[in-house]
Amino acid sequence: MARRRRLYTNARLLDPATGLDVKGALLTEGARILDLGPRLANSSIGGETETIDCQGHCLSPGLIDMHVWLREPGAEHQETIATGARAAAAGGVTTLVAMPNTDPVVDEVALLEFVARRAAENAVVRVLPAAAATKGTQGKEMTEFGLLAQAGAVAFTDGERPIADSRVMRRALSYATIFDLLLMQACEEPSLARDGVMNEGEVAARLGLSGIPSVAEAIQLERDIRLLELTNSRMHAAHISTADAIDVARRAKAQGLRLTAGAAPHNFALNEYDIGDYRTFAKVKPPLRREDDRSALVDAIADGTIDTISSLHMPQDPESKRLPFAQAEFGAIGLETLLPMCLGLYHNGRVPLLRVLGCLTINPARLLKQESGRLAPGAPADLLVFDLDTPWIVDEKKIRSKAKNTPYHGRRVQGHALRTVVGGETVFQRKREGAPVNA
Amino acid sequence: MATQPTVFPHKHLLGIEGLTAQDIALILDESDRYVEQNRAVDKKQGLLRGRTIINLFFENSTRTRTSFELAGKRLGADVINMSVASSSIKKGETLIDTAITLNAMHPDLLVVRHPDSGAVALLAQKVGCGVINGGDGTHEHPTQALLDALTIRRRKGRLQGLRVAICGDILHSRVARSNIYLLNTMGAHVRLIAPPTLLPAYADRFGVEVFHDMRQGLTDVDIVMMLRLQMERMHGSFVPSTREYFHFFGLDADKLSFAKPDALIMHPGPMNRGIEIDTELADDIHRSVIHEQVEMGVAVRMACLELLARHLPNWSGV
Repeated sequence: MARRRRLYTNARLLDPATGLDVKGALLTEGARILDLGPRLANSSIGGETETIDCQGHCLSPGLIDMHVWLREPGAEHQETIATGARAAAAGGVTTLVAMPNTDPVVDEVALLEFVARRAAENAVVRVLPAAAATKGTQGKEMTEFGLLAQAGAVAFTDGERPIADSRVMRRALSYATIFDLLLMQACEEPSLARDGVMNEGEVAARLGLSGIPSVAEAIQLERDIRLLELTNSRMHAAHISTADAIDVARRAKAQGLRLTAGAAPHNFALNEYDIGDYRTFAKVKPPLRREDDRSALVDAIADGTIDTISSLHMPQDPESKRLPFAQAEFGAIGLETLLPMCLGLYHNGRVPLLRVLGCLTINPARLLKQESGRLAPGAPADLLVFDLDTPWIVDEKKIRSKAKNTPYHGRRVQGHALRTVVGGETVFQRKREGAPVNA
Repeated sequence: MATQPTVFPHKHLLGIEGLTAQDIALILDESDRYVEQNRAVDKKQGLLRGRTIINLFFENSTRTRTSFELAGKRLGADVINMSVASSSIKKGETLIDTAITLNAMHPDLLVVRHPDSGAVALLAQKVGCGVINGGDGTHEHPTQALLDALTIRRRKGRLQGLRVAICGDILHSRVARSNIYLLNTMGAHVRLIAPPTLLPAYADRFGVEVFHDMRQGLTDVDIVMMLRLQMERMHGSFVPSTREYFHFFGLDADKLSFAKPDALIMHPGPMNRGIEIDTELADDIHRSVIHEQVEMGVAVRMACLELLARHLPNWSGV
């Protein structure tokens, strides 16, 4: 049977992997990219080819989101693999890494296989499971790194919990070198951050809320970098948010250590003042920081200190958020706002477009050892057609994710996904009149 | 000459932050009237007759609750006290559920104390009546600051230009925050004296002078406000021992001698005698106005209840 060919014409091709930014067309065959370029035209293809007119919009690799909490198993009322994947597709995300912090925690092969199977059955995008780095994410005993990796774990992490015990962390980093596995670590020294509910500073002092000091992040990262040096391993600082930690990461990279670093949109799109009058939807980890930190993070994305941007999509039900600030849960959803928040970096003139997209495509693809994240013949046809400019207002009522805890409700943004393609098949398409539908 | 406005332009009293000097002066002027009334034989009047006030306390309190209860009763309102221990909150009913339930009973005013910062403001969003913050977490305790200001104003004749030292556990103190806002707004000069472990980060950004030495900080002050060392909020060890704390930060005659000779000693109570304040000083009727503060508390709360009641539908009072 001949595999179906699709030609995406009239597109602005954007490929951060090669620096490509050119008007042209892209041809897929089955689940893979066959060819692309400025001179690829309808006439030269021949045969049964479906043509998709991109109408001058951008065509890039589909986004890869390294940090997503799907609440299945355990809290399916907040998000399931299926609903999370649909939200991802609507946000232009074609691959997401599912955090192991479910109930039960994904720390065994059987549980990892469960997630992978549910994803294969129900998810419209690629869901790559991460495994817990320690049993029960308790920070004491390593999980079966090798067996879990063979079963498909793309990364090892205790999610928002850093591995606090330095000896456990040392051994985890060291053991991971056998298989060249990726450890993702949250950067927050737990004893300094204990009881903290927002960034420590003037705003917290006025609101009478206990603070998470910014040094908690730098201290955790400094320790991990020492251990990284000792073990000659690799590590991804999952999300850093302070100017201090950025400096630490910058120095470690200059030194040639295999450290990569991520950032979350809320840390470069918002600051601590967005908590306003105790808005619990702005209670997130890493906490919203000072304006100086926010600005330093934007610079760090521009200069490449930050490698990846991920949504930190963390669904919470209203009952977890309609509480006094200190009692409310941390976390915000972010899959559907990831792209416009990141495009804001470009629209504000702070970061070149290809750099922004690199943090969302090729950089995470390399870390996760995926073939996707690039526009190249032979690569998976995981594609995103997006509108770069059209302004719109984030409306929590239009969120597809099961949970609605977005801190961006009412925010004016620019750009959104028009069509999301996974393995050559369209999994999301936005209707012309702006009323989006899932394909 | 323009007369003072007699309408308080806020529906709720959630904090001092955000009030103007006029707002504060209005409350203090009204309070002065009630001080006289409270000293008369007939302490009761009917301004709030028929109104229902609910004192909703999610945290233990004797003095503040009693003070509000007396204030409401002396204005002729029906006052109901509800103490909701935090354990029953954990049984399931959330703060918002409680608010909606109470709202259905048509109270006219709610006085709320809650262990979490911001909780009273959250509750105020969900009810139709006026809300007075009786203390929320480590955020604000506006009526305490107002009664402190009334006490000072009656003794010193003014607030403007006075040097006020607030000493002790500033970090965990909602009283301190409300007092800082109020005193700054009214033109007093505020000093904070505390060990760095009991000061919030960036305390200097509050428009105050910060000291870690009692003698230095107390030099030439008009008012010494001592705060309670809140044992129940101590999650870690903020100071090595109560003995060491008293030695360096407790108020005794020697440290007090650095203040102005007519400096007043204040304390929001309840006192830890021998920990933050020497027991003889606390009882010194020439210096300590601690009992006067309690008296002013009732008057200030009457004024607050009355001013908020003016926003109620069918208000027919003076």
